[in-house]
Amino acid sequence: MLSNEALEKIDIELAKYPDNRQRSAIMSALRIAQSEKGWLSHELVGYVADYLKIPPVQALEVATFYGMYNLKPVGKYKLTVCTNLPCALSGGVDAALYLKERLGVGFNETTADGMYTLKEGECMGACGDAPVILVNNHKMCSFMTTEAIEKKLAELQ
Amino acid sequence: MAIYQSGVIFENVDTKNPDCWTLDSYLNRGGYTALKKILNEKITQESIIADMKTSGLRGRGGAGFPTGLKWSFMPRTLEGQKYIVCNSDEGEPGTFKDRDIMAFNPHSLIEGMIIAGYSISASVGYNYIHGEIFEIYERFEAALSEAREAGFLGKDIQGSGFDFELYAHHGYGAYICGEETALLDSLEGKKGQPRFKPPFPASYGLYGRPTTINNTESLASVPFILRDGAQVFQDKGVPNGGGTKLFSVSGHVNRPGNYEIPLGTPFTKLLEMAGGMRDGKKLKAVIPGGSSAPLLPASIMLECNMDFDSIAKAGSMLGSGGVIIMNEDVCMVKALERLAYFYHEESCGQCTPCREGTGWLYEIIHRIENGEGRINDLELLDSIGNQMAGRTICALADAAVFPVRSFIKHFRDEFEYHIEHKKCMVSHKWC
Amino acid sequence: MIEFELDGKQVSAPAGSNILEVALKEGRYIPHFCYHKKLSIAANCRMCLVEVEKAPKPMPACATPVTEGMKIKTCSKLAVEAQKGVMEFLLINHPLDCPICDQGGECQLQDLAIGYGRSKSRFEEEKRAVTNKDLGSLVSTEMTRCIHCSRCVRFTEEIAGFQELGMSYRNNHVEVMPFIGKTVNSELSGNIIDVCPVGALLSKPFKNKYRNWELSRRKSIAPHDGLGSNIIVQVDKYHKVARVLPLENEEINECWISDRDRFSYEGLYHDERNTTPMIKQDGKWINTDWETAILYAAKSINGVKEDHGSDSIGVLASNISTTEELYLLQKLMRSIDVVNLDSRLAQSDFSLDGKISGTLSLGGKVADLVNSKSILLIGSLLREEQPLIASKIRTGVKKNIELNVINVLKEDLLCDVKNQLVVDPREIVYTLAQVAKAAGVNLPSLNLDTVQISDEASNIAGSLAKGDGYIVLGNIAKSLPDYSKVLVLADAIAKITKARFGQFADLANEVGASLVNFVPYKLDSKLGLNAMQMLQEPRRAYVLLNTELEYDAYNSMQALAALKKADTVVVLSPFISEEMKNYADVILPITPFTETAGSYINMEGRWQKFNGVTRPLGDSKPGWKVLRVLANNLNLAGFDYNNIEEVRSELVELNNPKLLELQILTHTFSVTKPEIDSLVRFGIQRIYYGDSITRRAYSLQQTVYAKLPNLMLNPKLAIKLKLRAGEKINLEQLNVNKELPEATLCDKLPESVILVSAKVAAMAGRFDEIKVNA
Ligand SMILES: Cc1cc2nc3c(=O)[nH]c(=O)nc-3n(C[C@H](O)[C@H](O)[C@H](O)COP(=O)(O)O)c2cc1C
Ligand code: SF4
Ligand code: FES
Repeated sequence: MLSNEALEKIDIELAKYPDNRQRSAIMSALRIAQSEKGWLSHELVGYVADYLKIPPVQALEVATFYGMYNLKPVGKYKLTVCTNLPCALSGGVDAALYLKERLGVGFNETTADGMYTLKEGECMGACGDAPVILVNNHKMCSFMTTEAIEKKLAELQ
Repeated sequence: MAIYQSGVIFENVDTKNPDCWTLDSYLNRGGYTALKKILNEKITQESIIADMKTSGLRGRGGAGFPTGLKWSFMPRTLEGQKYIVCNSDEGEPGTFKDRDIMAFNPHSLIEGMIIAGYSISASVGYNYIHGEIFEIYERFEAALSEAREAGFLGKDIQGSGFDFELYAHHGYGAYICGEETALLDSLEGKKGQPRFKPPFPASYGLYGRPTTINNTESLASVPFILRDGAQVFQDKGVPNGGGTKLFSVSGHVNRPGNYEIPLGTPFTKLLEMAGGMRDGKKLKAVIPGGSSAPLLPASIMLECNMDFDSIAKAGSMLGSGGVIIMNEDVCMVKALERLAYFYHEESCGQCTPCREGTGWLYEIIHRIENGEGRINDLELLDSIGNQMAGRTICALADAAVFPVRSFIKHFRDEFEYHIEHKKCMVSHKWC
Repeated sequence: MIEFELDGKQVSAPAGSNILEVALKEGRYIPHFCYHKKLSIAANCRMCLVEVEKAPKPMPACATPVTEGMKIKTCSKLAVEAQKGVMEFLLINHPLDCPICDQGGECQLQDLAIGYGRSKSRFEEEKRAVTNKDLGSLVSTEMTRCIHCSRCVRFTEEIAGFQELGMSYRNNHVEVMPFIGKTVNSELSGNIIDVCPVGALLSKPFKNKYRNWELSRRKSIAPHDGLGSNIIVQVDKYHKVARVLPLENEEINECWISDRDRFSYEGLYHDERNTTPMIKQDGKWINTDWETAILYAAKSINGVKEDHGSDSIGVLASNISTTEELYLLQKLMRSIDVVNLDSRLAQSDFSLDGKISGTLSLGGKVADLVNSKSILLIGSLLREEQPLIASKIRTGVKKNIELNVINVLKEDLLCDVKNQLVVDPREIVYTLAQVAKAAGVNLPSLNLDTVQISDEASNIAGSLAKGDGYIVLGNIAKSLPDYSKVLVLADAIAKITKARFGQFADLANEVGASLVNFVPYKLDSKLGLNAMQMLQEPRRAYVLLNTELEYDAYNSMQALAALKKADTVVVLSPFISEEMKNYADVILPITPFTETAGSYINMEGRWQKFNGVTRPLGDSKPGWKVLRVLANNLNLAGFDYNNIEEVRSELVELNNPKLLELQILTHTFSVTKPEIDSLVRFGIQRIYYGDSITRRAYSLQQTVYAKLPNLMLNPKLAIKLKLRAGEKINLEQLNVNKELPEATLCDKLPESVILVSAKVAAMAGRFDEIKVNA
């Protein structure tokens, strides 16, 4: 289900923890799996659990607990906008509203062309850079004014 | 991002220089001299811990517990594995300092963790990094590689016979993992659910082994303390809180960002450094220590100094040093609604009062904000809060209640107006 | 001991005790949900908050250890207010549907809501609804009622050994669920119904049929394994068993029971339950009355005895029979000189008969086993044979037991196994001989000269040598054609390593059968025929008690042939089947354990008496009464019992631990490495097929466990045989071919065996050679 490259990455994570503590690698293993497949299907969660030799329900608990795992398919780009209070004070909500209108979707929705999924985020520890938008979980974009958003969308094709 | 360099973690760090994070740059700034000195001179654990106590360093993660004292709790002579864990799961709304430490000066943290490991007989460390800052995680991994290559990590460090390995663990979106025992569970590959204490991590921590957990900023301060002197650090601050502290200033200021300033600096000075109020608006209220700290109105805040005791006396907490500035346009109901939503969303869900209470608080505040408030809602909020605070495993429930209490305490009229008139008393931008 | 104050009273308790534990012991009830004395402490429901003087906030009693001089107030204003607050939170999202909830009347939430709840809810928002989960055929869910105490989750992980349930999501969206698409498949799954303090997890077979307060509660003993779990059988007003629950007995089943013990009761009312005495005349079955049937049986037995001698009668019983039944049947038979008596139906090697004194039992208490330091398990599918003991051993392994296994199948024991040797059944003796040699066994009667010690064998010997060891044989070992050698070797290893030694009992009364001499080699001057011989050398008449030999016998093909050939077969059984109608001549519908008084003697030798929990169904009668009348009909003296106590009074002397002391008299043999150049059958009795009640328990038969393949072979063997998974396979034993469906591939088996369970009826020997035809 996963490429050798992904499995190698998981092995690197596994090596960080003591013997018999392979459960510790579940978060990164799910992250790596998601990065490759876009989202965590049940089969994928089960596969990762098997790879780590842990009960699948333990992997499911983790996949559903942490906010950045996609339990449903998402667009090519998942845009997560922080709207928490500090960000809201500096345009976080405005950025989200702008994106909603611009893309024609609400939170947790994907554009018809499958390009973008919009998500509301909680504090990303970057309040000083508000508005912030996280692209596909791993790329943070700061000071996302309307112009900056437009520029970013043009890049993300 | 503005950083006022007054000299501990960001001393001589040129954040404009893209290479300021590298080992070379760190060594040029005198990095790793504290560690080398300790290893070469075989400085004892006792003496390091004594220095840490003298420094007056209080934990920068929120609770402000004296770091030296925490280290002294470790059963250093106990057989078997022990761990040092760094809490970089910065997710407290309004706090964004640890991210910058790892971005611009990761080796200060690495050196601090090695020294901590040495001092508490831990040969393995983990740095748990907040989910949304993946690039910072990669940066930290790069710094770790450098340190490994240079022989600061691994077996027999610098020929001292001391072994220490350090790994980064990446979170994936759960504020509660900032709570130290939730963080440990998360490191073990579980849901991040806080553990009941006792037993405390010093006796039963990661994988059931003795563990010390410190915040990024606390650990990154360690090299300075042991290189430049504990008293030097202490003298930078105030009697009950030594050193400088990073304050993350967000909200309605001209220059949001991190400011490393001596503890005890007047709030007005900090506000000034941050460029003052944006658009010349009036200051209405401040949350001085991250969203979990009680809100203080401008009148109180403007009189206050930025240190543990002063802020506690004013009725709030220094917390993690996240200073959220709100101007006169902010609707307190709306602001509280957003925070209540956050605590509800982030409750781990295990304790009944928190699981059910955070949701209930949010529902009510949400109703009030949407013009469906009821006469006795404020009383009900207060009563629910009383049934939550102090009744749960971790402090998230308290953190959810503090804003509710303080917002209503200081701005009750706005809430009553909302309930009565079914609309905001003030204009605000984002609803 | 710690001294402290509890509600004004001076109390002491051992260090490390928590407040809740102590308070319960002292008779002070503190409300709680997540705390369960057998599970880890979660302290998450927060119901047990109490006031502790000097503590700044109320403390959870379940997680707070008592300390010297502590002052605890369990019902102060602060404590009660805290508890009431928690109760309000628990109820805001609870559906409050008590009137339609099976848990009503035995619900901790309901009970506590009366004391701690408000009469009117302050929660006026929309309540949460949670979708139900499919947990399989035994447990049904009403997840909206869940209060998230996490007991069920902890149970699956900590007691059942494999976390099958999780709490997914967070905040008030947390939901208990299995992995998507999976059910809860543990052999102990039903216990989650008991640990659930509310009506979220319920018994599926029981659901929506009764209000529990209409049911009476009666004590009994579970018959399906040798542990003798204590149970409560709940009976409805029509005298039907409605539900089975554990009865706490710390020394035996603690507060748990296996699914087999909990759900087998459905089998009691299977369509094949027979309550009418029947006789076969001219090949036709006719219903009759008891008098006629018993007279008919007596005449038949007498007739065969007169014509062919008492040696032409064979008597076979299942170990699910009560002690009294077994005792009376052997007494009756011995009174007419019949000594062909046996209940060791699945055994094939009887060479130690007459060379053993004492009784084969566990050889100690279950507590001794689970508190030992090193266990060697030989030939046991532990989780299927002894579900609860498996769990206890797992708990022990987590502490300090080193578990070593020699078996024919690599069973997943859900715990660390120190050494696990998986071998062809024909190699078990050789493997054990290696352990014996490594342990230093050196007896004139045992020639181990050519035995080569493998590393694993010497590791096992080393593990046992550390002391406090325990060697146990399971059902597989007992069926082996060289069982006697296994016994002798295991006994020798036990002696030299100072380990305890014994065997698991399969059904409730294996030890009982031996103690009441339901064996062909005790008491009498002449040795009778054993179970194997009785069927190998067909008898003219058979008396069968509670058994279906087509499943129970070592060689069921041979058993059926012998039965069909006999002049007379008298069956005493609660059940009837088409097969039985073919071979039987008289069928006497006796009652199962729920409808008769009796006793079972568990594998430790513990006598446990029970009464019938309900009256006999229809016209059926308790076996002991039937046997008494049968004896009367045979004009035998000494059978005029008025009640079961009078029967028991004859057994008093048997309740003597000395009788359990096992001694194996010399048995000389040498061990050499076997040549394995043929295939052998690996014939096991699957978990829900071991006795006639369980076989008929509907819901158990729907479980994943019951659907485990009955035909399995190693994929490498399949390649050799050019077989593919799911293909039909033609097997041959003793020149009889059987076309069997769907072979499953399983790499946990040696390459020289084919697993064919005893459910696949009428094969030859369970561990005899087998051939595969193209
Ligand atoms: C809900 C909650 C969230 C927390 N989040 C953080 C955090 O993001 N970072 C942090 O360092 N400490 C956080 N803490 C505090 C930690 O539990 C712990 O006190 C701290 O990491 C100890 O380090 P220090 O002594 O160096 O401050 C949090 C505590 C609670 C109750
Ligand atoms: S207080 Fe809330 S977040 Fe903390 S452990 Fe309890 S349920 Fe989890
Ligand atoms: S019983 Fe103590 S918190 Fe649940």
